[in-house]
Amino acid sequence: MTNWIEAVKLKDIPRLGSRVIKTDTVNIALFRTTLDEVFAIKDECPHKQGPLSQGIVHGTSVTCPLHNWKIDLASGEALGPDEGCTNTYSTKVENGMVYLTSDKMMAA
Amino acid sequence: MKEKLVLVGNGMAGVRTLEELLKTDADKYEITVFGAEPHPNYNRIMLSPVLAGEKTIDDIILNTVEWYEENNITLHSGDLVTRIDRVNQKVVTESGSEASYDRLLLATGSNPFIIPIPGADLDGVIGFRDIADVDTMLATAKDYKNAVVIGGGLLGLEAANGLMKNGMDVTVVHLLDSLMERQLDKPASALLKSSLEERGLTFLMEAQTASIEGDGRVSSVKFADGSEVEADLVVMAVGIRPNMTLAQEAGIYCDRGIVVNDTMQTYDPKVYAVGECVQHRDICYGLVAPLFDQAKVAANHLARIGSKRYEGSVMSTKLKVTGIDLFSAGEFNEEEGDEAMVLQDPASNTYKKLVIRDNRIKGAVMYGDTIDGTWYFQLMREGTDITSFRKSILFGQHDLGDAGHGDETRVAAMSDDAEICGCNGVCKGEIVDAIVKKGLFTLDDVRAHTKASSSCGSCTGLVEAVLSNTVGDGYDASPNKQPMCKCTEHSHDEVIDAIKENELKTMDAVRDLMDWKTPDGCAACRPALNYYLLARWPDEYQDDAQSRFINERAHGNIQKDGTYSVVPRMFGGLVKPDELRAIADVCDKYEVPEMKVTGGQRIDLFGVKKEDLPPMWKDLSDAGFVSGHAYGKAMRTVKTCAGNTWCRFGTQNSTGLGVKLEELTWGSWMPHKFKLAVSGCPRNCAEATIKDFGVVCVDSGYELHVGGNGGIKVRVTDLLTRVETEEEVLEYCGAFTQMYREEAHYLERTAPWVERVSLGYIKERILDDAAERKALYERFKYGQKFSQIDPWKARAEGAEAHEFNTIKIVA
Ligand code: SRM
Ligand SMILES: Cc1cc2nc3c(=O)[nH]c(=O)nc-3n(C[C@H](O)[C@H](O)[C@H](O)COP(=O)(O)OP(=O)(O)OC[C@H]3O[C@@H](n4cnc5c(N)ncnc54)[C@H](O)[C@@H]3O)c2cc1C
Ligand code: SF4
Ligand code: FES
Repeated sequence: MTNWIEAVKLKDIPRLGSRVIKTDTVNIALFRTTLDEVFAIKDECPHKQGPLSQGIVHGTSVTCPLHNWKIDLASGEALGPDEGCTNTYSTKVENGMVYLTSDKMMAA
Repeated sequence: MKEKLVLVGNGMAGVRTLEELLKTDADKYEITVFGAEPHPNYNRIMLSPVLAGEKTIDDIILNTVEWYEENNITLHSGDLVTRIDRVNQKVVTESGSEASYDRLLLATGSNPFIIPIPGADLDGVIGFRDIADVDTMLATAKDYKNAVVIGGGLLGLEAANGLMKNGMDVTVVHLLDSLMERQLDKPASALLKSSLEERGLTFLMEAQTASIEGDGRVSSVKFADGSEVEADLVVMAVGIRPNMTLAQEAGIYCDRGIVVNDTMQTYDPKVYAVGECVQHRDICYGLVAPLFDQAKVAANHLARIGSKRYEGSVMSTKLKVTGIDLFSAGEFNEEEGDEAMVLQDPASNTYKKLVIRDNRIKGAVMYGDTIDGTWYFQLMREGTDITSFRKSILFGQHDLGDAGHGDETRVAAMSDDAEICGCNGVCKGEIVDAIVKKGLFTLDDVRAHTKASSSCGSCTGLVEAVLSNTVGDGYDASPNKQPMCKCTEHSHDEVIDAIKENELKTMDAVRDLMDWKTPDGCAACRPALNYYLLARWPDEYQDDAQSRFINERAHGNIQKDGTYSVVPRMFGGLVKPDELRAIADVCDKYEVPEMKVTGGQRIDLFGVKKEDLPPMWKDLSDAGFVSGHAYGKAMRTVKTCAGNTWCRFGTQNSTGLGVKLEELTWGSWMPHKFKLAVSGCPRNCAEATIKDFGVVCVDSGYELHVGGNGGIKVRVTDLLTRVETEEEVLEYCGAFTQMYREEAHYLERTAPWVERVSLGYIKERILDDAAERKALYERFKYGQKFSQIDPWKARAEGAEAHEFNTIKIVA
């Protein structure tokens, strides 16, 4: 069974922006697109661990603030000729509240 | 059901069109390709290096069979299309297969022209066009000795050079008295001839071929004057003819080629055509760069976007004979009223000539030293006024990406392990490798695949030089019009103009009007649009934090470990004991790991945690500090020297003037960073002559300098003018700054901007037109009303709080 935990109200993530969720083991970046989809990925660029949460969001990808790698929010994969991947987490939005699964967080 | 697209001609232009189409819309068509040659698409221009033994066929394959499969393209290679049935919308091939189409794309290339003289059909008489021709030449070279190449143009010389490398004795026969007369003037042509002779080629100039003799196989070539040369192989390289038979027989209107309009459509609206088979606005092209431009347009229309027009191309040429550097572009023979600038150095065997009309380059020929070819070509295409650097133009673009390379910018001579891109540690060898293996043609491709020149950009010139050296003219130098980014076809200038003319006040309005291809832009165009709107409508536009790079969003420089740095403003570099104490206290309180005096005469506090920023800013703000904008595309610092308050040489109060300038300009957002300095005398201790706006005080007043840069490419300022009062300094500074803010491209610093628009133009607006100067100054001051609100104080008081708080959860 999936274990959903409350993360943050949808309205508290800016459109095309992000918020960082800190757990004991990992920092997770929550992104919100123009269409109000929410994605959660580990806040660590596959290149040199840049904080992806601080990047510019466009479409369903984010450009890392350190050296401009482009990361797909849904899969966590680097786009274009770059190669690498970062963890993703499932999310759901219900009644204006964003939920995260806790399963992978412990593993991360 | 998907529509059907059929491509006839599996060559460079046709397949490039498919690539462009797949990039835009991969699912629109079911695609079928017919190619007469039994190969996948290869880089035809590289046949010369293959012939010369410098490359293999495998090296020059552009699209492997797997590529066609991966993209669901059905490929019929080795099957000639013999008929187009326009009524039933299908094509029929030699082997009898058929394919129906909704859209047909013709890219049948051209055929070598074979002079219709007696003997032209003998064995051993060929053209130079495809892999089969190269195979024939290589096989002949094994068993025979004598080759005659008819035609002393680009293709003929490359064939001759290749055959010679394979051990044949080669005679080049040319009808005129100078080689490559379509690309070279006489002096350059003579230099070329003598160095090819040194390598062992024989030339027969002004020789008219009368017949080819032989019994089954060629044995000699006879000339109009009765003379004769032995020959086991004859290569005819006297020109090409667009291959339009197929189209003609189907009743599609052809003249010298298949006639197309600006959307690459033939007279049958279902049939498009690109490449050498095409005649566009009366011109048939024979080089790949224009064909690639055509491909983009055709793809755009096949994808039903329909926003592009092909309006013709300007071309340049390079000869791909290893060891001979030659470049030619535009009109290289001067006409009445033109001026020619020539640099000739027989000792180093170099020759350069520029043809100038109305202070603009119209043509260029270079021999021996071609490193600046791409630069001249760019100046030529963009129609840049060269007045301000005319005196030194022949010596080249000294600062062509030479950070750390000094005199060594001779790309061709550089070894493979020479580092080209210092930021990403990319060597020449890696770039060449990527270009060859991945079939790259553009600077953008090379950036994406190797990262070279993708960071600070200072090596762009070098990377371009490597590109053009490696792919010859296939190199797609920046197109005539450079789009802002991949989201749009429009250039920076078009966007800036549209915002002004159509009074566009939101990013969505710009993207709607200008046909953006992405709904919310990308990391390149969003910050640019945000800036343009802010600069144009300071009182109305609502700044968009999510369109700013993190440094500007968080008002600090992000560090490699994700912390931030804090640089409080110190006007003119002056500071009081209390202020220093306050900074020291802040450092203790927030455990700042390191403090450093910066090159901008203030103090940088490194390693601050993001959540500590707002409280720290509050403490600094209480002590009277505002943000130093050390993180922004914004006004940075005003550096000053001691000046006449203390210094025995000082002529004016440079420190005081610096403070006034900083008070005028702080907080202003710019296309790029913007730095000022004021020196108290010409000893120039504040280094004012490498600043965006620099003031050098002199006894009689103030010298105003603009467009300097002390960074990646050092550029000394140009002298704008001299003024007598501090008020004038402020007015000229405000006017210059505002002009830059309104007209420069985002991320273009004043140095490249001044070079692009020319100092003359800036003087016209700011010196000659006092009303315009005052108006610019007023607009600057008006905008400052909205930007001189300290962002740190605002955030310390709670603005954008979500930016600085993380959310803690216990899993
Ligand atoms: C702190 C400082 C170095 C120092 O300790 O002295 C510095 C630090 C950085 N410089 Fe600089 N530059 C600093 C003075 C300079 C100077 C010297 C000057 O201003 O007198 C130059 C050359 C002069 C010039 O700009 O013309 C300089 C030329 C650059 C450049 C190249 C700019 C160019 O147009 O060529 C960059 C890259 C860029 O802006 O794209 C750069 C970029 C950077 C960045 C922002 C890199 C980045 O994007 O993260 C560095 C941020 C460090 C940090 O985390 O805080 N820095 N930088 C100086 C801050 C001055 C200030 O008080 O604001
Ligand atoms: C040796 C050599 C060196 C060159 N060097 C340079 C250079 O340095 N720089 C430069 O810019 N350009 C150079 N060029 C020119 C450049 O290669 C051409 O401009 C370019 O290849 C033309 O592309 P295209 O698609 O129009 O024609 P092609 O590449 O010739 O493709 C046409 C294809 O269509 C096929 N075809 C024709 N009719 C049919 C049919 N009925 N059915 C099926 N298939 C058919 C042909 O077999 C051919 O494969 C060089 C050319 C040669 C031969
Ligand atoms: S401070 Fe400037 S010179 Fe030093 S590493 Fe950073 S960008 Fe380079
Ligand atoms: S750390 Fe993300 S691009 Fe380098």
